[in-house]
Amino acid sequence: MKQHVTATVNGDPVEFLSDPGMTLLDALRDELGLTGSKEGCGSGDCGACSVVVDGRLVCSCLMLAAEAEGHRIETIEGMAEGSVLHPLQRKFIEHAALQCGFCTPGLLVAAKALLDSNPDPSETEVRYWLAGNLCRCTGYDKVIRAVMDAGAEMRQARVA
Amino acid sequence: MTDVLDRPEAGDTLRVVGTRPARPDGVDKVTGRATYGADFTMAGQLVGKILRSPHAHARIVSIDTRKARALPGVKAIVIGTDFPDQASEELAGGEGASNIRDIALNCLARDKVLYQGHAVAAVAATSSSIADAALALIDVKYEVLPHVTDVEAAMAPDAPLLDETRFTTGLETKPDKPSNIASRMQLKRGDLADGFASADVIVEGRYITPAVHQGYIEPHACVASFGADGQCQVWASSQGQFMIRAYCAKILNIEASDIRVTPAEIGGGFGGKTTVYIEPVALALSKQAGAPVKIVMTRDEVFRATGPTSGAVIEVKLGAKSDGTIVAADVVLKYQAGAFPGSPVGAGAMTALACYNIPNFLITGYDVVNNTPKVAAYRAPGAPISAFGVESAVDELAEKLGMDPIALRLKNAVHDGDKAAYGPTFKNIGYVETLEAIANHPHYKAPLGPNQGRGLAVGFWFNVGGESTAAVNIVEDGSAVVISGNPDIGGSRASMAMMAAEVLGLPVEHVRPIVADTASIGFSMLTGGSRTTFATGMAVTQAAQKVVEDLKRRAAEIWDVAVDKVEWVNGSAVCLDAAKAKPDLTLAAIAGQSAKTGGPIGATIALNAQGAGPGFGVHLCDVEVDPETGHVSVVRYTAAQDVGKAIHPSYVEGQVQGGAVQGIGWALNEEYVFDGKGAMENPGFLDYRMPVASDLPMIDAVLVEVANPRHPFGAKGVGEVPIVPPLAAVGNAVSRAIGVRMHDLPLSPPRVRAAIDAG
Repeated sequence: MKQHVTATVNGDPVEFLSDPGMTLLDALRDELGLTGSKEGCGSGDCGACSVVVDGRLVCSCLMLAAEAEGHRIETIEGMAEGSVLHPLQRKFIEHAALQCGFCTPGLLVAAKALLDSNPDPSETEVRYWLAGNLCRCTGYDKVIRAVMDAGAEMRQARVA
Repeated sequence: MTDVLDRPEAGDTLRVVGTRPARPDGVDKVTGRATYGADFTMAGQLVGKILRSPHAHARIVSIDTRKARALPGVKAIVIGTDFPDQASEELAGGEGASNIRDIALNCLARDKVLYQGHAVAAVAATSSSIADAALALIDVKYEVLPHVTDVEAAMAPDAPLLDETRFTTGLETKPDKPSNIASRMQLKRGDLADGFASADVIVEGRYITPAVHQGYIEPHACVASFGADGQCQVWASSQGQFMIRAYCAKILNIEASDIRVTPAEIGGGFGGKTTVYIEPVALALSKQAGAPVKIVMTRDEVFRATGPTSGAVIEVKLGAKSDGTIVAADVVLKYQAGAFPGSPVGAGAMTALACYNIPNFLITGYDVVNNTPKVAAYRAPGAPISAFGVESAVDELAEKLGMDPIALRLKNAVHDGDKAAYGPTFKNIGYVETLEAIANHPHYKAPLGPNQGRGLAVGFWFNVGGESTAAVNIVEDGSAVVISGNPDIGGSRASMAMMAAEVLGLPVEHVRPIVADTASIGFSMLTGGSRTTFATGMAVTQAAQKVVEDLKRRAAEIWDVAVDKVEWVNGSAVCLDAAKAKPDLTLAAIAGQSAKTGGPIGATIALNAQGAGPGFGVHLCDVEVDPETGHVSVVRYTAAQDVGKAIHPSYVEGQVQGGAVQGIGWALNEEYVFDGKGAMENPGFLDYRMPVASDLPMIDAVLVEVANPRHPFGAKGVGEVPIVPPLAAVGNAVSRAIGVRMHDLPLSPPRVRAAIDAG
């Protein structure tokens, strides 16, 4: 039997009906039309479905939709403020940190979670934090540079 | 840091080409709005799912679908015999010609299943759970047959045969017994025996590479709609919408113009999306159901039933003079094709010795069918495999001769005017320049720490041109739209817009590049073979040039001067007629009055591009080996490549970095593992271990620019070369670090530890 679920997604109240086996990723994509989160594996290994739940980075393919009841979820669709891109989004474009772009939403959500908790990560910290996000196109070089550069810009903005 | 070794030509005044603007599709892709294969939905669409063989090799005795059909919510079921009969026929469309009957049989098996995961039936239902239940109700009776997954076991005379009617082609005499060896091919020059007789030093080795997957993060996905009037639409993620149209038309016996294929954004392909798996199945389901059908593969299906590239055995024997001159080479390549013939052994053979001038050689290649998934193209198909063998052997030769690995390669390097091992004569190649770029790089002289080793390897890829169509349309406000038929897999929209902007004299932001569906632009071969920036870029450039000629004619008409008195400078017509001093006419000014000068402004160019310059790469890799565990860390990596001219250097660097890292994964971690029943044991990203960010250092991409005069801006294909050298670059580094020559990939900790113990 389907379960009625209410949650907050990107600051807005949402509700949907969930099959017992439905993942949060399925609910976001199929019930709420938020297709920015991607399914690359369905087993929590690629990170393309990364979202933040109550401030914690999770793979939405590993969480049941019913478990979202009453929780606060942030997805790639909520990252820009209106038409103003988040510094990470801008830096990804500037550094050519994406090729096919499929892993990009997950990488951005994960990188934002990093910078939110650690504004000045070392290269090694960035690499380990993003080790749960597979990218097959870039070899990660430009991704790491974009995250480091965004972190630097955000620190500057705080000082200024 | 990344260097661009730019050598500007005299009068080189490029404004846009060679700069690094934001890609036109960037915002869509960082905000989650870009629509990939699985993101598209149609009203009333059904869920399509595929039933797959649990056996590696079996005869299909019967398929009973009655119970599944009776399940409420099931709208269609198709099996292999629902497809029209196919003659065995080679059809161009993918990356090279492919046999259409094999492709159809790979989409849905008929008499036999040839690998675990082979599709046997498909259902369309109103929900995912009903589709799953229906699959469970399909009763397939199999007669299980002996199977073979290993390439050499499949070549043995007593091996289980995948096809009792297959006789090896390419032999001097027609064989009297069927075989899994589909074909044998040879390339030769000079006299091998004489060559080895004159050698002072000989090295010999046998190398093994496992089957590996392209590993694109986006699983295959499509939505197909078969209308009651016979008009079909397909939305799919692939490397070529025209490839999907051609294959679906053939497999389903539909007129190609009745199928319209719209390319979704593609989440990686690397060659793996140059064929069809689900699109004809979805169309057949849609026809039966009378509703659109969406099929999205799981990762498990992607591993078990798409890709991979061949596992192989490579035997290399090299003979050299004591001064390093290589005088003879004998190379044997045994490539798995998977369930149907078509391994990339031909390209593996043609590229194997392409970097070397060797007077006597014999390269023998075997294309071998076995009970694993039908191989698909993977970035420079076949070349990394043969290069692993040859470059490992050359490294061993350098050690034996006590020579510097670059000096040895320079001594035997091909130059302009040399006849390539695979036939043609090289022109405008930048191989020596690329070797020198690494020789002069600080990395080459940097000291190594304890347990570290440095490996060098080179690689070659042909690059291709081929058929492309592109249109440039001027908008009434003076901006422009560029339309092409090639899916943008890694930034090609940016390069198309940049080339058009360069010619038109517009800021690149005023040029909007579009990838069109099969009904909205003329035919284009798929995005593959490193052809798009070269061939489609040539079409875009020529279309823009044609527009400029038209703009000059219109300006001349407006000014009433001879057309040869009009010059196009930075996006404006300039009047050269001193008698009639006229203020410059901007593109916008001409566009605004186009009705008076002949109507809308635009041009379409359809061409078959020739002269794609071949590419060479030289990679340098430092590894550190943990002697306790055998774990290998790549600690420094530099990749130099002759790219002709980098249109957008950031995306060229990205190709080089990404290719290098795919190769590092192939060298260190990745492999298909089969159990005793021929089932893949690691069909997920946890156990099929692709490189992650924490495995890697920065990848220093060095772009060497030796222009290709056949391209308007000098570009050469760049996407494939960078995966050719890394297998051997990493292998050579490990071999030198531990003092034991490594022959088998992947260089996993147990394997490296065992080599240390045995050494």
